[in-house]
Amino acid sequence: MRHIVSILLENEAGALSRVAGLFSARGYNIETLTVAPTEDASLSRITVVTRGSDDVLEQIVKQLNKLVDVVKVVDLSEAAHIERELMLIKVRAAGKDREEMKRMAEIFRGRIIDVTESTYVIELTGSSAKLDSFIGALDASLILETVRTGVSGIGRGDRILKV
Amino acid sequence: MKISGAEIVIKCLHEEKVDYLFGFPGGSVLHIYDALFKQDRIKHILVRHEQAAVHAADAYARSSNRVGVVLVTSGPGVTNTITGLATAYMDSIPLVVLTGQVPTAYIGQDAFQECDTVGITRPCVKHNFLVKDVSDLAVTIKKAFMIATTGRPGPVVVDIPKDVTAQTCVFEYPNTVQMRSYNPVIKGHLGQIRKGAQLLLEAKRPIIYAGGGVILADASEKLTELAHRLGCPVTNTLMGLGGFPATDPQFVGMLGMHGTYEANMAMHHADVVLAIGARFDDRVIGDTAHFCAEPRKIIHIDIDPSSISKRVKVDIPIVGNASDILDEFLKLIESQTGRNPVLQDWWTRIEEWRSRQCLKYKKSDKIMPQYVIEKLYEITKGEAIITSDVGQHQMFSAQYYKFDKPRRWINSGGLGTMGVGLPFAMGACFANPGVTVACITGEGSIQMCIQELSTIKQFDLPIKVICLNNGYLGMVRQWQEMFYASRYSHTYVSSLPDFVKLAEAYGHVGIRVTRPEDVVPALQKALTEHRNDCVFMDFIIDPTANVFPMVAAGKGLTEIIFSEDL
Repeated sequence: MRHIVSILLENEAGALSRVAGLFSARGYNIETLTVAPTEDASLSRITVVTRGSDDVLEQIVKQLNKLVDVVKVVDLSEAAHIERELMLIKVRAAGKDREEMKRMAEIFRGRIIDVTESTYVIELTGSSAKLDSFIGALDASLILETVRTGVSGIGRGDRILKV
Repeated sequence: MKISGAEIVIKCLHEEKVDYLFGFPGGSVLHIYDALFKQDRIKHILVRHEQAAVHAADAYARSSNRVGVVLVTSGPGVTNTITGLATAYMDSIPLVVLTGQVPTAYIGQDAFQECDTVGITRPCVKHNFLVKDVSDLAVTIKKAFMIATTGRPGPVVVDIPKDVTAQTCVFEYPNTVQMRSYNPVIKGHLGQIRKGAQLLLEAKRPIIYAGGGVILADASEKLTELAHRLGCPVTNTLMGLGGFPATDPQFVGMLGMHGTYEANMAMHHADVVLAIGARFDDRVIGDTAHFCAEPRKIIHIDIDPSSISKRVKVDIPIVGNASDILDEFLKLIESQTGRNPVLQDWWTRIEEWRSRQCLKYKKSDKIMPQYVIEKLYEITKGEAIITSDVGQHQMFSAQYYKFDKPRRWINSGGLGTMGVGLPFAMGACFANPGVTVACITGEGSIQMCIQELSTIKQFDLPIKVICLNNGYLGMVRQWQEMFYASRYSHTYVSSLPDFVKLAEAYGHVGIRVTRPEDVVPALQKALTEHRNDCVFMDFIIDPTANVFPMVAAGKGLTEIIFSEDL
């Protein structure tokens, strides 16, 4: 099963490598990983998307909690939450494809943020599944480059991850 | 008054009441060694290889319940400590390892004797630090000692660049240190403890399965008391030996791959297992599917939540310190007079298993290794500290030397590091002056850290080396015999040194023993006439001796091979 794990950790040199190292050392899988400081500059927040059975997830959460730099760990996907990922995608947009590409971006509520005579860069935000479907909806030969941030997530309502 | 980083390091160690520092100097730690030279409270033990410094500090910790402290230089000094760190980490031993680093301005430039210490040690330490500012030095060392000793103990590395040891600042050592990200649970959950106690009192076939956590928590006496009140059998893991008296009638021996028949059978057939400071590892319960196919309830006490339900699903998890939790159990479980009558049937079955006498070994006109251990046990009255290397001799020691007290059996259980025996014996000697320390080893293992015979001479350590020499890497040879149709691929150790002459060359006493009748006189001579000397005893043993009983890797706990099965 797919899980989104949120980790609050000390914003210190090497803290990210402790988390990444734990996943590789114990054979856990990482689908996406994002990291940035929080509003409290002494803390970073990592969001990891991983796959595993409930037993594996229990171990991942326990092992993460064991890392001395880790302050809090939450499996966001245990309850109501919101996930978002940002993608920048550069596409060929010339001739008859130009208008079609603009229309596709609008359908997916993307924004064209860079334009040349023959290309667009489209910015698209949403769940990973939505980004996947956008890629799937395009003619593969028109995709020049993609870059995705990986998933960020937050609990709904009163679910708050804070020190 | 401002003092240098190097002096701060030494002052911190004074504050922590460190009496021995195991180390090896080098360029990046010259300032620290200079500060060390100017004081006399800490005794520095100059080893011959950094790996041995960590092993010695490790055994110092294991045999005394104090922190082992190490000082090494950057680069190769650090890389040589890795095996020692991993050994201590796997067995949860509290160490503080101070490492020199190239000056901060040089870090990342492939400077001479530079390595990424924090990166390279990360997977084999509980935590590590790189100190980039002298004003952080004292508080970081305080944190290192706190982290090493609290919760599930483990080694902590503090990497100190050379310029930081030269910079100056005012020294202030904090009494306590708080870390919002580090709050190990000590007290067990009372509701869970109550449920556990209830389960134990209702059990018809209970067993206590106790590991190294009991020893680390100094909870042996409480464990013994609880076991006596319950009247149930007790088994120890390899790491737990001595946590419960081996001569107690309720002790069924070690369990696992080379555990006794009665311990493995009782563990498998119990209806309630009380696991304390043990982690159901592969060498202990064998195949998990086979183990879990038998219905039973498991109560698991462990200070590390990640040890619980890792390999085996547990019914009643209790996170906390074994000593505190056993106190709570003792409050709930009343003293019984005599053996609990409800357990009569259970004991009848256990005695039947016990009557199998699974540790009987074949007769031989050569020296049998088991015999040497039995005699060592008798002559030392079970009161020696035994360090061991890794292999057949380690299992023979665990099986035939009966440990009645904790912290007398020092071995590498988790990582299984060959070469630990001799440096372990050094650390045990420093921590326990006057106590007999014997290193049981083989001709394979001993050669992995044999250079320490020189350190042993320098510090006059009266270590008794019991080398069970069969000319083979015995445990591997045993597996090749049993599972690879006797294809002895590279396990015959030809061109062995003459260990007697080697011992003499290092200034020690060497004794070679080739006949069974000479075993006892040799041991007696070593322990009386040469009480104050390091004696290297080279026992030429029967090379066909194998360790039994045995549960082969991946097999179930009850699928036991006995010596006569081969």
